[in-house]
Amino acid sequence: MLELKDITAGYDRRAPVVRGAHLTLRPGESLGLLGPSGCGKSTLARVVALLHRPERGTVTLDGHAVTGFSHRAPRSLRTAVGVVFQQPRLAADPRLRLRDLVAEPLRATGRRTEAAARVGELAERVGLGADLLSRRPHEVSDGQLQRACLARALALRPRWLVCDEMTAMLDASTTAALVAVVEDYRDRTGAGLLAVGHDPVLLGRWCGRTTHWNEIVKD
Amino acid sequence: MAETIWRPQGRARRSTRALRVRTSAAVLAVVVSAVLIVPPLAQLDQQAVDLAAKLQPPSWAHPFGTDDVGRDLLLRCVYGLRVSLLVGLVAALAATVIGTAVGAAAGALGGRTDRLAMRAVDTLSSVPHLLLGVFVVAVFRPGVWPVVASVAATHWLSTARIVRAEVLSLRGRPYIDAAVSGGASRWRVAVRHLVPGILPQAGLAAVLMIPHAMWHESALSFLGLGLPAHQASLGGLVQGGRGSLLAGHWWPTLFPGRLLIVPTLAVAGLAGAWRERRNPRRRSELTL
Repeated sequence: MLELKDITAGYDRRAPVVRGAHLTLRPGESLGLLGPSGCGKSTLARVVALLHRPERGTVTLDGHAVTGFSHRAPRSLRTAVGVVFQQPRLAADPRLRLRDLVAEPLRATGRRTEAAARVGELAERVGLGADLLSRRPHEVSDGQLQRACLARALALRPRWLVCDEMTAMLDASTTAALVAVVEDYRDRTGAGLLAVGHDPVLLGRWCGRTTHWNEIVKD
Repeated sequence: MAETIWRPQGRARRSTRALRVRTSAAVLAVVVSAVLIVPPLAQLDQQAVDLAAKLQPPSWAHPFGTDDVGRDLLLRCVYGLRVSLLVGLVAALAATVIGTAVGAAAGALGGRTDRLAMRAVDTLSSVPHLLLGVFVVAVFRPGVWPVVASVAATHWLSTARIVRAEVLSLRGRPYIDAAVSGGASRWRVAVRHLVPGILPQAGLAAVLMIPHAMWHESALSFLGLGLPAHQASLGGLVQGGRGSLLAGHWWPTLFPGRLLIVPTLAVAGLAGAWRERRNPRRRSELTL
């Protein structure tokens, strides 16, 4: 269970971006969150991924009440949520080759030995050719880089996935391919999904349930 | 009609840059090999006094002339440059390491650590750093290492500021979030993502620090606080030659002074070219 209660969050105490948001997501469920740009969707996504500490409210993840965020969150909780960001260019360290980019979470959590095999398997699943793996982010297209970012998010087999406008920068075929990868992963593992976006058609077809920003925040 | 200013472009600009890089590299290579090779090979005593040949103008026997006790100035200058380069390199390296560590810690940890560290930096910067350097040297006996310590202790401040600013800008990038979400510890984020990101800036700061440190060493020596009088150093040579300047003996001050400027310009030329190369986007801003 992923539960957000009365979350108020932002970057300036006097003017929070998110005010009193409530959200509940059951395991295996997929929820599409729609909203206009600038309303605070991404901030809420960061809170769900335990990357941003809310000023008020509680986040409960699989029965654990989360008390610390970002580095202060226990590693097991942090890695239980996989995140894919909107802009792959900014979400990829420009110095790492795609192979290292995908392997980074495995190495960071001390699973170095299985990295090589797992990277190959993930690359195949997201549709990254072997020749692309030895390239750096500036040598591949946005779509290819986003595939690598998705592979990175799946590397630790998270129980929850947060896709923050994952397909906003991509063309229709890449969008379809990435959504198929996410759905395939969810079918096999039963992971829950929070997909944030502003395209009702896409989210309506992708997610079991969609909700609008105005419905989760209190006035 | 708007006036057009001609500025070398395309191939012409690249060739002036190449010329600058080659000249700087050649000058630096000559200087460095001179200070490395001449002293062990020449087997000449830079302290050999010859009162009969005192204050001789430049000649074939003494290309830079002689000083007021008849010592060969070319040899003294090479030895002086050796000391200056050593102090410059070691002090710049030490200052960069300290500055990078403090700046990275302040930027990465943030909060109270950041505020404390940066206020300490502000406090130290508010004292004229030559004065602070004089204080450090005064505590110890004159020698190379106190000078290095004095220069290093006063020159890490700007590096700390540069590195902190760079870390702050990197810390907010989504790829750091992605790393945190992937289970990376603070240490791993710093070593894997932040440090490689700030190395170009820190490296440039370190390289530009070398001539600065050389000048600082010369200033200390000029004030009589650097090396002991018998050891040659460029600042000490200028100081020693100052007395005979009014009598029309220009060479004891001119040559050591020139030798201080030449490596400075060479290093600046190389550093500028490297910065342009590293960041083509900034090139247009730099050449405006």
